[in-house]
Amino acid sequence: MEILFYICAAVSVLAALNVVLQRTPVYSALSLILVLCLLAVIYLLLGAEFIAVIQVIVYAGAIMVLFVFVIMLLNAGREVPSERSRLARWLGVPLVIAFLLEVLWAVWNQFPSGTAPAADFDAGPAAIGHLLFRNYVLPFEVTSVLILVAILGAVVLAKKEE
Amino acid sequence: MIPLSHVLTLSVILFVIGAAGFVLRRNIITVFMCIELMLNAANLAFIAFSRYLGTLDGQLFVFFVIVVAAAEAAVGLAIIIALYRNRETLNIEDLDSMKL
Repeated sequence: MEILFYICAAVSVLAALNVVLQRTPVYSALSLILVLCLLAVIYLLLGAEFIAVIQVIVYAGAIMVLFVFVIMLLNAGREVPSERSRLARWLGVPLVIAFLLEVLWAVWNQFPSGTAPAADFDAGPAAIGHLLFRNYVLPFEVTSVLILVAILGAVVLAKKEE
Repeated sequence: MIPLSHVLTLSVILFVIGAAGFVLRRNIITVFMCIELMLNAANLAFIAFSRYLGTLDGQLFVFFVIVVAAAEAAVGLAIIIALYRNRETLNIEDLDSMKL
């Protein structure tokens, strides 16, 4: 169990680095799909079976297919480094590393490594369904409106103008 | 059992990698993918807290985040296609017409 988590964590960090360091968007997208699948495995290890399946179907399946489709449609090739991207590197990387150290410090202070997981934990689809349609009905309905608006927006935006 | 702080550390590292990519990359599609990476890092933190608090609310938040991410990807990629049709570029440095 634990060893699987650490293997998945290490590989997902490497794949995430690959997402950022690759200059060709298709390679970034494929690495991102790997990260999403490894995160699904970690969700399984943390007892979130439903979310793990949703992650693979919706994220790695639907959303990333959309990304790969658009990359290939627009024929996005290698990006060329520029003067301003060098400025972003000199300013951005120290800021990001400072942010990393700050949040890690907060996490390690706030949650000592002895924290035990909750004992009885039922995360099956039935329990999630009960909670979703009892306590979270309003957000669920609002979400359906959001999806409808997103579909209309995507069609209007991507439509060829006359 | 996996300590909570280790899961949160992974979440923070993934988020920071996504943030670094957001700053460093010049291709608008890659920048968009880095945003997805940051969303996933936040999802991992939600799942971890859900497991260690013993409540399912964190998992439902992840569910809603995934739905919103799907809507966001559809609209965002449509905007990218419309931009490319008008400007013939994916480089964010060339998309600065609203800059003062």
